[in-house]
Amino acid sequence: MKTLDQITVTFTSRSANEGFARTAAACFAARLDPNLEELADIKTAVSEAVTNAIVHAYPDSLGKITMRLRLLEGGVLEVQIRDSGVGIPDIEQARTPLFTTGSEERSGMGFTIMESFMDGLTVRSKPGRGTTVTMRKRIARRAGAGL
Amino acid sequence: MPITISGSEGAVTMLLSGEIDHHGARVMMGELEEAIAALLPRRLTLDLSGVTFMDSSGIAVLLRAQKRMRALGGTVQVTAVPPQPRRVLDAAGMGRLIPIK
Repeated sequence: MKTLDQITVTFTSRSANEGFARTAAACFAARLDPNLEELADIKTAVSEAVTNAIVHAYPDSLGKITMRLRLLEGGVLEVQIRDSGVGIPDIEQARTPLFTTGSEERSGMGFTIMESFMDGLTVRSKPGRGTTVTMRKRIARRAGAGL
Repeated sequence: MPITISGSEGAVTMLLSGEIDHHGARVMMGELEEAIAALLPRRLTLDLSGVTFMDSSGIAVLLRAQKRMRALGGTVQVTAVPPQPRRVLDAAGMGRLIPIK
């Protein structure tokens, strides 16, 4: 699919940046003229992916998280969240609802929510090297859309 | 303060407000636990009408509140859920775990 535009932001794995990341993604997605529900879904999915990187990729230190946003042909938004953290030893297990290696502060529902709110989710990870989560969402076409 | 408390005589409502993400959840969880421990309600209602954004961190907050209430022999219900938090609760199947009105 042809890329029409893209933005990449890199930020530190501080929890205060979760709000920034989802707002930035929503601003970029606004170019596709999404409805409120689609926008909320994107913000929620980004929040989950970034939180995973903050909590799990860099458990004892601060690291870099890179979010790449792409507008693809056909009204598709692609969000990629990449970290260089500890990696996920068993991706299938990590994606299982309610599974978490986190404390009582985590629900184990992050990947389930990303899957339900986006149209596609791929997770690539290498222990010790980092994790890349890529999500796509097709935005319903309406008259007057920016692209 | 993200929590406003009302009610008495065992039936307490806690109005949650703001964004409940991983960043905000820790403070909210602490305040909820403190309030539950201080008031010892029999029936706790968590009113989400002031929540402007919630992700799965919010689910963990609700489940923790329920765990504390169960330990006290009380009940918890969730009310007035705005559309975005509602979609998160539905996607996670939370209706099977906590009464949502």
